This record gives sequence, C-alpha cells and structure tokens, in this order.
Amino acid sequence: MITLDNVHKSFGSNAVLRGVNLTVERGKSLVIIGGSGTGKSVALKSVLGLVTPDQGTITVDGQNVQSAEREAFLARFGMLFQGGALFDSLPVWQNVAFRLLRGSLKRPKAEAREIAIEKLRRVGLKPDVADRLPAELSGGMQKRVGLARAIAAEPEIIFFDEPTTGLDPIMSGVINDLIREIVVEMGATAMTITHDMSSVRAIADDVAMLHDGVIQWTGPVGDMDASGDPYLDQFIHGRAHGPIAAIR
Amino acid sequence: MIRFLALIGQSVLSMVGAIGRVALFVVNTLRHIVAPPFYFREFGIQLVQIGWLSLPVVGLTAFFTGGALALQIYAGGARFNAEAVVPSIVAIGMVRELGPVLGGLMVAARVASSIAAEIGTMKVTEQIDALVTLSTNPMKYLTLPRVLAATLAVPCLVAVGDAIGIFGGYLVGINRLDFNAAAYLINTVNFLEPSDIISGLVKGAAFGFIVATMGCYAGMNSGRGAQGVGRATKSAVVSASVMILAANYILTEAFFSA
Repeated sequence: MITLDNVHKSFGSNAVLRGVNLTVERGKSLVIIGGSGTGKSVALKSVLGLVTPDQGTITVDGQNVQSAEREAFLARFGMLFQGGALFDSLPVWQNVAFRLLRGSLKRPKAEAREIAIEKLRRVGLKPDVADRLPAELSGGMQKRVGLARAIAAEPEIIFFDEPTTGLDPIMSGVINDLIREIVVEMGATAMTITHDMSSVRAIADDVAMLHDGVIQWTGPVGDMDASGDPYLDQFIHGRAHGPIAAIR
Repeated sequence: MIRFLALIGQSVLSMVGAIGRVALFVVNTLRHIVAPPFYFREFGIQLVQIGWLSLPVVGLTAFFTGGALALQIYAGGARFNAEAVVPSIVAIGMVRELGPVLGGLMVAARVASSIAAEIGTMKVTEQIDALVTLSTNPMKYLTLPRVLAATLAVPCLVAVGDAIGIFGGYLVGINRLDFNAAAYLINTVNFLEPSDIISGLVKGAAFGFIVATMGCYAGMNSGRGAQGVGRATKSAVVSASVMILAANYILTEAFFSA
C-alpha cells in the first residue's frame, strides 16, 4: 500500500503540492488526473524519492520512502516515463534488460537478452527490434519499449507517466490495453498520471483528481461521472468554463 | 555606492556558492571509487571517447604549435645570437607548458562540451531519473567513469602531444632553419629532465580531471530544454578552460618555484 500523508512541495515561490493525502491499495490501479502543472508528476516522483517533499510523509507498505535502503526499495518499482526516457546509446534489448545486466538483479547476458525479447514480445514488438537503437523507433514503439523496460524485472509497483501522450488514438488504445493486461496479469499496484480520459476509463480502478496542490476528489472510476464535484465534472468533460480557470 | 557594493557582495557570494557546489560534486563523485558496483564497460567506453578520439585534435594542435614555437624561438634567439637554443626550448616549452595546456584546452573544447551536452540531454529527457528508478546511481554510472577516464587519458594524450609537438619543431628546424638533424635531436634530449616530463603529465591528469568534472557538473545541473543544454555546454567549456589555466599556474608554482 502506498500512502501520501500531508505532502507539501514547493519550487521557489511556487507551491506545487499543498498537503496531498492519498492511498493506493495493494494490487489496485490508481489514476491521478488534473490540469497541466498541477503537480501530478511531482507527486509520482516524490513516491520514488526523485523529489524530496518539504513536509509530510510517504510510505510504501509502511516503509518511509526517504529512509528506505535505495536499491532494495527501487527494485520493487518499474516506471514508464512520458517520453520513454530510453538510453540513446544502448540498443533496445539492453534498455529493456538494463536492470538485469547490472546490480543485485544481474543475470548472464544471454539470459537477460532472452528475457528482454520475451518482454518486447509481450508488448507487441518483434524480436528484430531488439538490436535497433531507440532513435530508430517510432514514438509508439518507444513507449512500448519503455513499457517492456518497466515490467522487465517484474516489479510489484508500476508507475506510468502520461503513457499515451503524443500517440494516435489507435496506438493509445493499444498502450492502454497493454497496461491493463499487464497490471492484472502481474497483480501489480499501479499509479498512472494522465490527461487522457479514455486512458482513465481503460486503466483505472480508482481515480484521484489533483487540483491546486491538493486531492480535489478521489473514488472508484465507476463513480467518476456521477461525482457531483464541479471540478471533476469540468475536467472530465473538457469544458472551458467552470471552477478551474482555463488560463493558469 | 551601496548598490555597487551589494552587487560585488552578491557576485562574491554567488562565486563562493558555486565553488562549494562543485566541491561537493567532486566529493560525491570520488566517494563512489571505493564502493561497488564498478562500471568497467562504461569506463572503457569513456577511455576510448575521451582519449583515443581526442588524439587527432591534440596531435594536430601539438604539431603546429611545435613548428610555430621553433620559428618564434629562432626569430627571438637571433636577436642575441642564441639560435642554438631552439631544440631545447621547443622541447622544454612543449613538455612543461604548451603540451599540457593546449592539450587540456583542446580536450576541454571537445570533451567537456560533449559530456555536458550528453548528460544535459539525458537530464532533460528524464534519462537520469530513469537510471535512478532502475536502481543505478547516476554519479556512479555516468560521472565517475568519465572523470576517471579523463584523468587517465589526458596525461597519455599530453605525452603523445609532447612527442608530436617536438617532432613539429624538429621538422621546421631541419627544413626551414637549416639545423643539423642529429644535433637537433641531441640538443632536444640532453636538455630535457625527468621533472619536465613528470610535471607535464601531472598537469595533464589534473586538467583531465577538471574537464570531465566540469562537463559532468554542468550536464547534471543543466536547465530545461535546448536552451538549458546549450547553456550547460557553454558553461562547461568556459569553466573548464578557466580552471585549467588557473590550475596550470598553481601547478607550475608548485613544481618550479625556487
């Protein structure tokens, strides 16, 4: 279980998180929605320890994120970054098997390659992609490679940062289905941030809306449309008028 | 007047802050030398990138500098009938000063910029964050191999550059200044002392360390977007070049002040 308790984070005079309280149950898929610049990525990165909160505590299964032994703690996570964040200098298979080629999860090279190719196949990519460089792939393929890398070491917790941004609707659908299948199949806990409402409906068990640095609304995805919350209503229907200012 | 003093104070504070941040960065890098895991493959790749691939630029710089030095010393020496010192001054000048300094500056231009741009781009595209989430310390994986490789490679480049520079002076000496080839070589070898060579190599190691450290520091602290990476690259080259010249003076004082 992931718990954020009264988490604050500012960058200079810009208070991004102003007391975020959030819980993600083990094995559940939570999607955080909210406008651009509302701190969704900061919240996600705070859980991973990439950003240190100014105030508040974040725990994963009762263990404080800041005091946990880094390598063992991070070994439980997989993350798909918004732009893929693939390492340009490494071929695709080495990107996917990065964790399996070094550190405590190190395997023999041939075995790591085999696992990488299997994970690539799992996300719908052919084995001949394995030896190509990330720059030679389309945006959708890069996302899928990023997804393969996120699941390569079979993590307990997977984070997805804007998994469908920049993709066409069909590829977005493919990625959404893959994420859902993988999360269910692996029994992993998932946290996703997105603006894409079709992703929300495809991926989420629960939804949390971040606005003005706090969780504005949270609940099961099925309750989202009848929430009665004006902020959430405006966001999910994409209305220009409402309590959320269009120009922020 | 107070505004002017405040401006000076701000600049001094900002400089002291920057020195402190670089010092902490160095400490944070070097503490990874003793603790595994060690990324030997990365180290090897950087050795090739920084050392082997810088050889043409350092070699050409040294060759032309050696030749120009021979012409200058000949012209200067002719004013008091001391043309014969050309071989020894070229050798000493190249080995003690011009080889390491010009080699260091050329490596700064080529390597510090490339390291800063590469790491800066990795930061902007979240590749550094991805490394962390993959349980890999970026300081250990990116910075340490580059710093160690540059510290080892630049003295080797300086040694090769010294030899090429002396050869450049030799070619000019025997073809343009009518020196006897054997006499030129004897005068070159006889006047060189081990301390000349060692001081140049130590300078090379120090300059290599500076180049890679400033490249990595600028890259790791790069701002967002193309402009941020551009600034990081510029800052890496300028700061590495200035620090090389400052370190050169300090090391020359340490080696040769009476």
